[in-house]
Amino acid sequence: MSVDLPMPTNFAGTKGVPAAEGKQTAKEFSSDQEVRWCPGCGDYAVLKAVQSFLPDLGLRRENIVFVSGIGCSSRFPYYLDTYGMHSIHGRAPAIATGLATAREDLSVWVVTGDGDALSIGGNHLIHAMRRNINLKILLFNNRIYGLTKGQYSPTSEAGKITKSTPMGSVDHPFNPVSLALGAEASFVARTIDSDRKHLTSVLAAAAAHRGTALVEIYQNCPIFNDGAFESLKDSDTKADAIIPLQQGEKITFGVDGSKCVIHSKTGGVEVANTSAVSEDQIVVFDAHNPDPTLAFAVSRLTDAGVLHQSPIGIFRDVPRPTYDDQARAQVADAAKDLGDPATKLAALVTGADTWTIV
Amino acid sequence: MAKEVKQLDRVIIRFAGDSGDGMQLTGDRFTQQSAAFGNDLSTFPNFPAEIRAPQGTLPGVSSFQVHFADHDILTAGDSPDVLVAMNPAALKANLADMKKGSTIIVDRHDFTTRNLQKAGYDADPLEDDSLSDYTLNVLDLTGMTVEAVKEFGLSRKDAARAKNMFALGLLSWMYGRPTETTIAFLEKRFAKVPDIRDANVKAFKSGWNFGETTEVFAVQYEIKPARMTPGTYRNISGNLALAYGLVASGVQSDLPVFLGTYPITPASDILHELSKHKGFGVTTFQAEDEIAGVASAIGASFGGALGVTTTSGPGVALKSEAIGLAVMTELPLVVIDVQRGGPSTGLPTKTEQADLLQAMYGRNGEAPLPIVAPQSPGDCFDAAIEATRIAVTYRTPVMLLSDGYLANGSEPWRIPDVEDLPKIEANFATEPNHTNPDGTEAFWPYARDEETLARPWAVPGTAGLEHRIGGLEKGDGHGNISYDPRNHELMVRTRQAKVDRVADSLPPLVVDDPSGQAKVLVLGWGSTYGPIGAACRRVRKAGNDVAQVHLRHLNPFPNDLGEIIKGYEKVLVPEMNLGQLSLLLRAKYLVDVVGYNQVNGMPLKAAELADAINNLISSTDVSSANNTELAR
Ligand code: SF4
Repeated sequence: MSVDLPMPTNFAGTKGVPAAEGKQTAKEFSSDQEVRWCPGCGDYAVLKAVQSFLPDLGLRRENIVFVSGIGCSSRFPYYLDTYGMHSIHGRAPAIATGLATAREDLSVWVVTGDGDALSIGGNHLIHAMRRNINLKILLFNNRIYGLTKGQYSPTSEAGKITKSTPMGSVDHPFNPVSLALGAEASFVARTIDSDRKHLTSVLAAAAAHRGTALVEIYQNCPIFNDGAFESLKDSDTKADAIIPLQQGEKITFGVDGSKCVIHSKTGGVEVANTSAVSEDQIVVFDAHNPDPTLAFAVSRLTDAGVLHQSPIGIFRDVPRPTYDDQARAQVADAAKDLGDPATKLAALVTGADTWTIV
Repeated sequence: MAKEVKQLDRVIIRFAGDSGDGMQLTGDRFTQQSAAFGNDLSTFPNFPAEIRAPQGTLPGVSSFQVHFADHDILTAGDSPDVLVAMNPAALKANLADMKKGSTIIVDRHDFTTRNLQKAGYDADPLEDDSLSDYTLNVLDLTGMTVEAVKEFGLSRKDAARAKNMFALGLLSWMYGRPTETTIAFLEKRFAKVPDIRDANVKAFKSGWNFGETTEVFAVQYEIKPARMTPGTYRNISGNLALAYGLVASGVQSDLPVFLGTYPITPASDILHELSKHKGFGVTTFQAEDEIAGVASAIGASFGGALGVTTTSGPGVALKSEAIGLAVMTELPLVVIDVQRGGPSTGLPTKTEQADLLQAMYGRNGEAPLPIVAPQSPGDCFDAAIEATRIAVTYRTPVMLLSDGYLANGSEPWRIPDVEDLPKIEANFATEPNHTNPDGTEAFWPYARDEETLARPWAVPGTAGLEHRIGGLEKGDGHGNISYDPRNHELMVRTRQAKVDRVADSLPPLVVDDPSGQAKVLVLGWGSTYGPIGAACRRVRKAGNDVAQVHLRHLNPFPNDLGEIIKGYEKVLVPEMNLGQLSLLLRAKYLVDVVGYNQVNGMPLKAAELADAINNLISSTDVSSANNTELAR
């Protein structure tokens, strides 16, 4: 695909994090640990993209932290020579919340998967987004449980036959982008493991955003769910499958722009043949719109079943005060006139009502 | 009329009424007045879990007991000398605790047929002679209050609500309490509603004047100030002392405190209090759930803060997996469990000590952690600092076990000199600590301090020490993932050894055995300190010998505990559970300790415990006599 976002030059999202002196390389960001994903796993491509993106962030390596939960993708921190924590299932956003709130000078990234973030850790994910903590959350969505060897996940299409659902799953799947928009995330994007250029541009936009950035990455699991995103990758089908979202542009796709997105009678949006509609009927996409209604409507164009069509790009990117900035501001404000802590402590423990025994 | 003044050495008063009658406030004010007067005191608030329990019913009764004396006391007392009952349910719910001859003051206003029925009375106990064993004072407190405040033009309902202040005024007169603090308090609390403020002050003064003028009360009592260790004192509750202890921990360790928590009874007041002290660099994060509370604290600790989480038993259950992560990642973390009646939701507002084994063993795998417990409300301050010392020094989660009795109870507290508080050193790693075979320098996150076995704490932002930690087993030293069998065995044993090493840093236990002749040792932990101490005094007063030891550290046990236990013929272990410390002691020392166990949601009673101790002493005498017999 050919979405080309300009690389942001200053990362407002990393305000307060010390800048690196001199140029860094992808190699410096690679740890000495042997990478242990299955051959052909989509995680490799994402790792490479992140390793080569991080030097461009221009931050000191020691001030970057990756926190992950449990799952195949959650091994990610071990392969980056930054600070990192591979924590417990579903809790990475909560751990990262404490870290990001305690330390303004860190760039904190969360690596998670569809099971980790949307099933066992769903509560922490929505609350991180609601609070708008300054975290960059990379949600690797392979629509399957990989580490536990192939059960269906909360993003698997209904009817999926897996080890735990021999007659087909009867679960309705989550659409992570819709969920994030519903949780009032201030930055929501979707990208694809194999499209390095787009992936990198989305990472850059996420880093530039101050607040929670939720980046859903379609990631192929060749072992348990191979080809889940094939329609978006196959050169014969991808033009019709990817609905590219470009800021301020009309949403058209398909071979020679033969398809487009228009408002539907039900209040949402729908796909139409460009030749059958007038120019001004085509939806112009605006991720900066404070009203998330259009972004949500567009997110619904994602196939819930087997994927044949999906909007890709930045759905939402709006400024909103972050929890951690405000929490730190309260502490800083209260501490302004602290003076000598020991004296202050003595006054605190003494209180107002005392009596003395001689 | 000049009234007779009688001297007493101690008095126990219980204020009881409906949840909406303001009994907690009344008790609290009486306590503050007694503290200002200089008595030693101990309090026991007891209230329903429901915010608005059904009015007039037994489950809706709320009470506050205060014990004050001219000497040092250890408990809120077993049985009140005076019961103030504001309605039939309050009388019925508390009567069983009253001794013959004790005083009952009743507000007869609410003794209507309907209210008597609600409380389960078939007949009005004020009319028959079912209360003839007591000194009964039946007054229309509500009526007198309404009359006294009528000048303020309040609705009848609002006027009647000041009856608790009338009762407080009356009791304040009876026991010669100073009134200034309460008047100042009322003026501040109701500053924005002048008519309510004036009505409350008037009701309070009217209650006092009523006592002075009426002939119902012929005697006023005097309880002299207590002779206590010289120093400046204040009254303090356990939760407040704990919050102050955490602030002090931050100051003494020079670490910013990060509290990640979720509201739960009876621990929430610690969050409320800490949220007021951001000026000390304290961050309070009210998380989306218990798990996020502890997880955020672990994240903050990884970032170099003092991570703290506060909860009660059900919350600990939810946090268990994350606490295991802190064990594995060896990060400092203070976990505060204000225990309440369990299991499950249990008795949220009642006290219990039944989380000891959960603290000890409630995690998957071999996941040892140090456990400390405070013994009185004021001691919560020192216990918090001790928990921090261990957590930071040994890089480990530490569990602090308070309970509902300590949390809400209060006592005079000798204000510590901040200069005397221990310093806690974080000793962050700043440099590589390992040389690779090729001569290059490296940082090993799981290298260990020889003395403490603690690993280095290198925080993000420290150049050259970048490393990854996590829940998977770590290779000894280098800290990379390791599935090697020998390494796992070594790491499991090392984590255990590290916790065991804490014992080397503990002072010798204090053995209270005044005669040196005791054959029976009473060994306790946590909030039972007061009742155990009071029971031992009774036993000694009765001419028997008994020794007392109280444990601050439940894991590891102090190094000298085994020897001390073996020095006594019998060891009695009183606990508000079914024998959890007993189990640990038996397992560790192979000593057949005797349990004294009560799980009714209430603190132990000193008199009953004293009986149990005396019984054990006599059985010991009998058995030693038998042994002598056999030896002959
Ligand atoms: S199971 Fe799937 S997701 Fe996991 S490492 Fe293998 S290919 Fe990747």
